[in-house]
This record gives sequence, C-alpha cells and structure tokens, in this order.
Amino acid sequence: MFDFGIWTSWFNNLLTGCMPDWAATIIECVVIAVLVLLAYTVLALFYILYERKLCAWFQCRLGPMRVGKWGLLQVFADMFKILIKELISLKGTDKFLFKLAPYLVITSSVIMLACLPWGRGLQIINFNIGIFFVLAVSSVGVLGILLAGWSSNNKYTLIGAMRSGAQMVSYELSLGLAIITIVLFAGTMNINELVWAQNDGWFIFKGHIPAIIAFIIYVIAATAETNRGPFDLPEAEHELTAGYHTEYSGIHFGFFYLAEYLNLFIVSGIATLMFLGGWMPLHVPGWDGFNAVMDWIPSVVWFVGKAFFISYVIIWFKWTFPRVRIDQMLAFEWKYLMPFALANLVLMAIFVALGWHF
Amino acid sequence: MNLLMEIGNGTLAITATLTGIGLVCAALLIAKLISPKSFSVKKAEPYECGIPTRGESMIQFKTGYYIFAILFLIFDVETVFLYPWAVIARSLGVQSLLCIGIFLFILILGLAYAWRKGALKWT
Repeated sequence: MFDFGIWTSWFNNLLTGCMPDWAATIIECVVIAVLVLLAYTVLALFYILYERKLCAWFQCRLGPMRVGKWGLLQVFADMFKILIKELISLKGTDKFLFKLAPYLVITSSVIMLACLPWGRGLQIINFNIGIFFVLAVSSVGVLGILLAGWSSNNKYTLIGAMRSGAQMVSYELSLGLAIITIVLFAGTMNINELVWAQNDGWFIFKGHIPAIIAFIIYVIAATAETNRGPFDLPEAEHELTAGYHTEYSGIHFGFFYLAEYLNLFIVSGIATLMFLGGWMPLHVPGWDGFNAVMDWIPSVVWFVGKAFFISYVIIWFKWTFPRVRIDQMLAFEWKYLMPFALANLVLMAIFVALGWHF
Repeated sequence: MNLLMEIGNGTLAITATLTGIGLVCAALLIAKLISPKSFSVKKAEPYECGIPTRGESMIQFKTGYYIFAILFLIFDVETVFLYPWAVIARSLGVQSLLCIGIFLFILILGLAYAWRKGALKWT
C-alpha cells in the first residue's frame, strides 16, 4: 500500500529546510486546517446529494434532476440559497446561547473528522487514547443541541432538545460498550494501532461472535446517535415542526444541517475503523492474486468506500422503518440494547481472558 | 503516525478546534454580507403552527428526562472505568475477569433496582 506519510514528511522537510521550526509548524497547521475544511465541505455536499438520491431511489423517484447533470449541482444551489437567507433574530431568545450552539455542534464534528484514519500515514490527531477522545468530543455535540433547543424560546424546540438529549446520552452507553468490546479485543485505544491490528483480518472476522454482535449494536446505536432513521424523534416533523432547530434560519440552520451529515460520516468512519479494518484492504488468506489487486487500490478509497457503505445502511434504515415513540425508544435502549451490550462485553472478556484466538 | 510527526497532538487538536470556530465565523460573515435584513414584529414571534403563542416558552417538562439523565451519569462513569481495564485485560488474565465481573454485577444490580422501581417506565 502506498504510504502517504512519504508526501507529508517530504513537505515537512521542504519547509524546515528553508525556515525556522516555528514558522514551519504554523504553515503546516494552516495547511492542515485548509485540508480539513475542504474535506468537511466536500463530504457535507456529497452527503446531502447522497441522501437525497438514495431516498428518492428507495421511494421509486428520481430525486433532484434539473440542476446540472443528474442534479449534481443541486447541492451547490441549495447551499447558496441557505447562505442568502436572512438570519432572523427572535424575540425572547437567549442571544448568547442561541449563537453559541452552532459553534459547539460544528467544532465537535470538525475535531472528530480530524481524528479519523483517512489512509496509510494520513491521520491528523493521533492521541494514544484516540477512540476515547472521539467519544468524549462527540458528547460536546449533544450540548450544542440542548443549548439550541433551550435558548430558542419555543416549546417545540425545548421538547425536541430534551428528546434529543435523552436519546443521545442513552444510546451513547451502548455505543461506548460496543467500542469497549473491540478495545478489549485489540488491547489499544490508539486509532493508528487499532487499524494496524487489523492487518491480518478485520475485527468483525477476527473477533469471534462478540465482534459481530457488537457491530450490530454499534450500527443501531450510531443511527440513534445521529438522530436519524427510526430514531429521528428530536426532529419529528409531524409533532415538533422541525425539532431543536426550528427557530434557526439561513446559515444558522445550515450549520446543524452540515453537522448532521458530517456526524453520519463520522459514525460510519468509526464503524469502519473499529470493525471493518479502517483503511486496510480486504484480504482472503491464500488468494494471492486477489490480495495483490486489493492492495493496489489506494487506502483512502478503502476507508471512504467502507464509510459510505455503512452510511448507505444507515440511510436505508431511515427509509425502511417507521419512527418509534419516545417510550419505545428509551425502553429499547435501557431494557434490551444496553444489557445485551454488557453481556456481549462479558462474553468478549471471557474469550480474551481464556485466550481463544483465531 | 501523525500526518506530520513533528507536530504535537495537542497543537493539532487546537488547530482542529480553531478550524471549526473559523468555519462558523467565516460562513456567518459571508451570510451577514449577502443576506437581506428586514424587521417586523410578527417575524420575531416564536414559530408555532402560525397561531399566537400562549404563555411562557420555558415550560415545565417531564421529569422522566431527568431520571434518564441521572441513570446515564451512573452508567457513563462505569464505561469510563471500563476503558483502562479493557486496554490491559489481555495481560491481566482470568483473575481480572473475576474482579471486573463483581464490578459489573454491582452495576447490573443497580440497573435492576432502577427497573424494578419503575425508573425506566415512561408514564
């Protein structure tokens, strides 16, 4: 596999060769910031089109077709439209919290995006508690949603935010337990080491039955974490107008919209990282020709492709299952999903402690 | 393996945070420059079905949410305690399994108690 670290170290050597270290660091940070912003925008625009097209195909429609070939330029038109809409300031809102909420939501998703392993040698933040850091940052996003609903001076947004808070904190437990199951198997929390540990087989194949159960639990919990699919109670449009972002207009609303799609990509990326081998290609032992062809595909394509596949499954959920009620949703988490996740963790602990490996 | 091994993770995390803040600021600035501005009393009303709003918007809401938040706090702290164990569980062997089993048993007892008391029931 091509190591993108060659490019980055070449760039670093180029910069340190002609300027002092601090200047090189600043320039590198700026380049990283620009790259992250670019990835963020491109992914958000892609995901909006992806969701709209998939939604249309699931319902036997064509989706956006008029703007550009197959409606490819529709998202740019939409984004421009959102930008030129008026930012309405409402009576009785808590101005400071109202304006703070988009910052929290967007910033948390940008930090999580920077933690993902994009390819070999292409990872920005690499703490040794990597996956734990990602989960910690994702909790800050919940705070943004709660603030948005609380500060809007609207009953619908308040109910939407409370539902969202209850849902996101509840499903975070199952999400965390599913991830702990894999951390237990891998014995590390560093994202890069997690990917390299899957060099000889993805965790979903290598990790016995508990890894498969953990994957299913993770996908269900991730759907709820992103406020999507059958769990889109916080923005249930029939009951709550638009949920916690009812009172946001123009680009203020756009921030929540962008963050929602980016969170979809991020949870898919974490599923890819924890279960489907990160950027590792698919290898079948003994099939040397097949493995060589798989190695030839760049690592970035592997990571992004797997993440898009998981996103496809999550979008598929949304257009397949009817929305659940709040009591059903909370009962499902606390009475079924979390006890199952705990039992699964114990099962994995027994497998690991007794040393049953493939 | 960082994108650039020479930069510390702390610096990179701060860079990412500033990127997020910068994104919001830049988009807001562009929107403020090109979006129209107008004022009317009706527009500043809360958007609730079109009929005039009744009473306070900061209403009392169900205590159920609060109970779930407290339950979450207990179990989230539990998962935080599980992470360090999970990293080194392989080297600790069977003995650690018993210890963590007792820890988990006490917590599951707590969940069972909450369940029995009806804290998980949404009325």
